[in-house]
Amino acid sequence: MRRRELLHLMACAVPACTAAGRVFAAPPGSPRFLLVFLRGGYDCANILIPYSSAYYYETRPNIAVRRPTGQDTGGALALDSDWALAPALRSSVALLYAQRQALFIPFAGTEDLSRSHFETQDDIELGQAASGRVQGSPDLRSGFMARLAGVVNGAAPIAFTDSLPVCFRGSADIPNISLKGVGRLVFDARQAAILSAMYTGHHLQPQVEDGLELRQEVSRAMEQEMKEASRDALTPKGFELEARRVGRLMRDQYRIGFIDVGGWDTHVNEGSAQGALANNIDSLGKGLTALSQELGAEWRNTVVAVVSEFGRTFRENGNKGTDHGHGSVYWILGGSINGGRVAGEQTGVTRENLFQDRDYPVLNEYRAVLGGLFAALWGLSPEQVQQVFPASTPVDLKVI
Amino acid sequence: MNRLGSIAATGLAVLCAAGGGPSARAAGATLSREDALWLERVTYGPTTATVSEYLKLGRRRYLDEQLHRRDPRLPPQIAAQIDALQVSHSSAPQLLLAVTQEQQRINALSDDAAKQADRKALNEQGNHMAYEAARRELLRAIYSQAQIQEQMTWFWLNHFSVFQYKANDAWLVADYADTIRAHALGHFRDLVIATLTHPAMLQYLDNAQNAAGHLNENYARELMELHTLGVGSGYTQQDIQELARILTGVGIDASGREPRLKPQWQKLYRHEGAFEFNPARHDAGTKTLLGKTFEPGGFDEVERAVDLLVSQPACAAFISRQLAMYFVADDPPRALVEKMAKTFRKTHGDIAEVLQTLFESRELSASLGTKFKDPMHYVVSTVRLAYDGKAILNTHPVVNWLDALGEPLFGRQTPDGYPLTESGWASSGQMSRRFEIARAIGAGNGGLFEPEDGSAAATTGFPQLSTRLYFSAIEPFLSVNARTALDRASSQLEWNTFLLASPDFNYH
Repeated sequence: MRRRELLHLMACAVPACTAAGRVFAAPPGSPRFLLVFLRGGYDCANILIPYSSAYYYETRPNIAVRRPTGQDTGGALALDSDWALAPALRSSVALLYAQRQALFIPFAGTEDLSRSHFETQDDIELGQAASGRVQGSPDLRSGFMARLAGVVNGAAPIAFTDSLPVCFRGSADIPNISLKGVGRLVFDARQAAILSAMYTGHHLQPQVEDGLELRQEVSRAMEQEMKEASRDALTPKGFELEARRVGRLMRDQYRIGFIDVGGWDTHVNEGSAQGALANNIDSLGKGLTALSQELGAEWRNTVVAVVSEFGRTFRENGNKGTDHGHGSVYWILGGSINGGRVAGEQTGVTRENLFQDRDYPVLNEYRAVLGGLFAALWGLSPEQVQQVFPASTPVDLKVI
Repeated sequence: MNRLGSIAATGLAVLCAAGGGPSARAAGATLSREDALWLERVTYGPTTATVSEYLKLGRRRYLDEQLHRRDPRLPPQIAAQIDALQVSHSSAPQLLLAVTQEQQRINALSDDAAKQADRKALNEQGNHMAYEAARRELLRAIYSQAQIQEQMTWFWLNHFSVFQYKANDAWLVADYADTIRAHALGHFRDLVIATLTHPAMLQYLDNAQNAAGHLNENYARELMELHTLGVGSGYTQQDIQELARILTGVGIDASGREPRLKPQWQKLYRHEGAFEFNPARHDAGTKTLLGKTFEPGGFDEVERAVDLLVSQPACAAFISRQLAMYFVADDPPRALVEKMAKTFRKTHGDIAEVLQTLFESRELSASLGTKFKDPMHYVVSTVRLAYDGKAILNTHPVVNWLDALGEPLFGRQTPDGYPLTESGWASSGQMSRRFEIARAIGAGNGGLFEPEDGSAAATTGFPQLSTRLYFSAIEPFLSVNARTALDRASSQLEWNTFLLASPDFNYH
């Protein structure tokens, strides 16, 4: 589609210019958006803790996070009179929140009620109208991030994943590369040049050049990491390492990014202030902080949305875990957002207000929330928002 | 640039046939450029044996063999490897019963730690069963002489896709693949019924849970949308619901115990393998599907519904188009699809006949060399070229390469199957990954000759791609770009990598 044509044009006009992101030459101050997808349905009620709810403590006898006390490092960190943050986020996202660079949207999610991981993930990534789903034939060919990249001019998209995720499905060539276990660079410059030359004049030339170039970029980023490591900085691991690499690539070249993080399906022994979920959220929080640091001055122009396919059951189950639920809590982070608050439609966390007497309800539909966010971030017209999320009603949560 | 239009080749004598002296006819025969490209498209890549058979029989008889006789002639070593697999000696109902009973035992355990440990062990066993299934498919894809049958088995496994991580499907995918292979070139209707009644599909798309009063539309929807008619072919949400009602009671029973049924239901009860039709769970009302009234009955309602679906012109057109996408082009010529659909209608869905129309078409000839290999074609064709009929002992590397390229067997989570088009496989990340895999394959045998039982490894060998096969079927037709790259290679490893990364080798 557009990207391919653009690359072709550029390849003809400026032969030296090959890298995926550079050909867009988006100005340095232009907005950036990163979608972080927590696959598995994270237990939001143990991360944004509804500490004013007696029912929370009643129904989570083994896994509830203790009420904030002000000093205690084991208790939740109060954000306002109702909500508190998991202590595992103390040194990361809690600090961003204090600088008004983070906000939370409880009761967020989709209208999909299958409670199936893959169906709901796909449903969110496709981003089509609920009526389309009821008609029975979701269009599996087009994801909302690809449509977003289509309406935002000159914003280079990239997926930091092994293959192109559903949300980037579409007709455009959107580059992808996993930054997780990037091994050593396989090809030296001479070999890469020979490989590229084989595709000169071939319609895959842009993909081949992008792919080889991306690997080079990532390996350069890794050289920097190695230098830092040799100056005995702690070597980051896991998601933090990945997020630093993402930060570098989004700082310099890319404007619309996607990454996913797994390990949230906590049916058994999820823990409370400490334990499996706390460890995973700690790593996520550190990664997001690392990302903000790596973006440097461009953090001001960056918005990160953290979403998950569904929340989990409000009550703990018989295995000190939680099962598939409905409403979730979404996070928005960014260097210049209107943060430091809990946003969106709210309701009291009581048994009566639970959806089907088991889950958080969805009061902030994700297409409305993200559509409103995109409109504000890029100044999209209502028609453009409808191209991204057909038949949606964008809500402006005044994030920007 | 692909190799079409790149080299005006005249062909080269085949110097040697497989395993001994050249046959009288093959000795003087040559493989034209068109022949070479045709063979690359019609098979998972040529081997010496393929080339010599083709030269002996000629295209018409070779195709006839492929479509109708389908003799796999597996090398004895490969047949023995397949025979040694557990999945080759256990039926789906046996496995399903065993795993169900084990799950019940584990669920009844009171000790949480023991429960988790046993669950983990059972999962690992399941994963091993799915691995064996993949191993068997790969060995057949690489070594069977019935190359169209093998590709069609993959094609239908993808068309009627199931996912090994759904419910107990890991234990069932081997049997599912065999079930599909048996019908891969038969009648489409039989294939639909075979998948409809297979426990792997019944679990994957939840029809096992579909019962009167507890309607589950998941399978009914995909049966029309993905399996028979195609999206946007005119059926409605109402049709989906009605088809779901018709499908109520189609489920699984591994125990073999007939339920106690009211007398009027007993004669409607059906049980075969792990498939069960239970009239007590069936919606006994009248249904209307695609304008036809279905009077209340038993499983015959389902059979009539499938007959109705597969006889729709939309079905003939949809299946023909999918086949043409797989074998001819991402956006196949309409005239070809119409010709194939006509054959489909005339023969009531005889798949071999539809493929005959496809393989003898001008459109196929015109498209040779322009179809991007999906990872399965890519990986299998590299192994066929590099080891040319020599029996590998270990399929883990092959499975890993397919994983790395994103197309593991039985690994598609969503029911739509893997993409049949280039755009699904040629993203920038996928191209650079493919080049890295090309290097990995070209760099050595990667453990292909280390027996899976851990016994001493056979002699290892560096993959020699510049063989007689290469000089007869590939080298004469190489593009200028590929030739230039190969000339610049400074080692055998580089040479292998460039060849396997070249557009020439990535298109067929």
